[in-house]
Amino acid sequence: MSRQTAETVDVEAIREEYPILEREFDGEDLVYLDNAATTQTPEPVVSAMSDYYREQNANVHRGIHHLSQEASVAYEDAHDRLAEFVGASGGREEMVFTKNTTESENLVAYAWGMRELGPGDEVVLTEMEHHASLVTWQQIAKRTGADCRYIRVDDDGRLDMDHAEELIGEDTEMVSAVHVSNTLGTINPVSELADLAHANDSYIFVDGAQAVPNQPVDVEAIDADFYAFSGHKMAGPTGIGCLYGKSHLLEEMEPYLYGGGMIRKVTFEDSTWDEVPWKFEPGTPPIAEAVGIHAAADYLDGIGLERIREHENELVTYAYDRLTEHDDVEIYGPEPGPDRGGLVSFNIDGVHAHDLASIMNDHAVAIRAGDHCTQPLHDELGVAASARASFYLYNTREEVDALLEGIDDARELFA
Amino acid sequence: MGMGSDMYRQQILDHYKNPRNYGELEEPTFSHVGENPMCGDEIRIDVRLDDDERIEQLSFTGDGCAISQASASLLSTELQGATIDELLEMDRDDAVDLLGVEVSPMRIKCAVLAEKVAQDGAEIHRGELDKERTTTEDDEE
Ligand SMILES: Cc1ncc(COP(=O)(O)O)c(C=O)c1O
Repeated sequence: MSRQTAETVDVEAIREEYPILEREFDGEDLVYLDNAATTQTPEPVVSAMSDYYREQNANVHRGIHHLSQEASVAYEDAHDRLAEFVGASGGREEMVFTKNTTESENLVAYAWGMRELGPGDEVVLTEMEHHASLVTWQQIAKRTGADCRYIRVDDDGRLDMDHAEELIGEDTEMVSAVHVSNTLGTINPVSELADLAHANDSYIFVDGAQAVPNQPVDVEAIDADFYAFSGHKMAGPTGIGCLYGKSHLLEEMEPYLYGGGMIRKVTFEDSTWDEVPWKFEPGTPPIAEAVGIHAAADYLDGIGLERIREHENELVTYAYDRLTEHDDVEIYGPEPGPDRGGLVSFNIDGVHAHDLASIMNDHAVAIRAGDHCTQPLHDELGVAASARASFYLYNTREEVDALLEGIDDARELFA
Repeated sequence: MGMGSDMYRQQILDHYKNPRNYGELEEPTFSHVGENPMCGDEIRIDVRLDDDERIEQLSFTGDGCAISQASASLLSTELQGATIDELLEMDRDDAVDLLGVEVSPMRIKCAVLAEKVAQDGAEIHRGELDKERTTTEDDEE
């Protein structure tokens, strides 16, 4: 199963770094195609984290002792590394660690949105937003009296940029857009959106949860004001996420969580804040996870994000071509190409997505079924749920074949 | 079929493809609707009671996964002639037993949806419950 299938990456060698891929269920090899939900974790990341616990574990920011110093340096350096990973030249001053993409959204929505938004103001989102951004801005808008507007998705699963131009205007204070849709796979023109936002004196928050793991990302080339992503979707650990922010914006923002480790001076009456990013990271942070996400960035750069993107593109093109051989398949999102990432959501006529996922599971093929945290988008698509296969650097063409065999089985059962 | 699928035995597929008692009743004694947000399953159940408060007919309409729709069909045949008390005494295991297969933990809600809708409908009819729709998310059993 682990034969090298693409010129782009040496899949066989890569798979050796992932012992979990050797798991079997009832005698069938695991085929893991749920990478948009969470990616698997390679040995270099696991061992960086276990080495940390074996050799350096201590609390950060506080200690005079050797271990605390080492842990602090490792924790702080990880910020610089992740900033570099997404092209932020300001290092740690532009990189806040959070729990995940969702918390990064909430941080900006609370710390920036609660102060800056008011009646008459608008937040412009896309119809393909993940609930992480949609629900967050929707609720902050409710509290502040602002309105949310949604850029339409056209029949091909692309953003209607004319509509974007119409919506983003004088009243727009923030544009929040997903970089790569976790449902449609669409790679959105986020730098065009950034230009539109800036031309109207507003800001742009980009949800990069599905972009950073799979393609080179440069937040400065995009000219994003904020950019968020998660460790667990980029071969890193759970429990850590990132928020890039332009340093002057992070500087001006008030903290949104309070406590120890984020203050400069505290009296009974008042407190002042430490520098960015520490003022946004109160309490004991995810230190081992920071070491882990640092190792994940090194690991991905070592393989090369261009090559990962190309590998995923080959797999998704193959899957798309094979799926469209049957006319009982409905695929959502654009055709494979420069604006589609490495995932495919679809429905098989007459087979509910959850039934399909259950049948797949009987063959140890892990796919997603449901609304993928994009309920309003599914309403627009006119379906309650879809099935989704999402690929990563360790997936093979044979695994796509296993997916297709599972679909054939489901067809036969439900015929 | 290459590899056996335990959850999708013949009975379930049969009831999914040829649902029994599918449709709306002309003059139901009570009707109720519900959904399982996880799968997007929806079920409407119509019940007509006879003079002894026994279920003369129970029919359903709906849309959703095979487990939820087959459960509704199986329930409709099972409850023919049953009393409301018998319906209300059913629990989660009874719904799964009707299917006759092991249902994976993630799919239990699909299996119990029809039963929940029928039970809530009966309780509303008796004036013991007040709700518009049933959802499996409120299910604390
Ligand atoms: C596009 C997108 N945004 C946000 C998220 C939320 O990520 P997390 O659960 O790590 O906060 C996800 C993951 O499901 C996603 O795909």
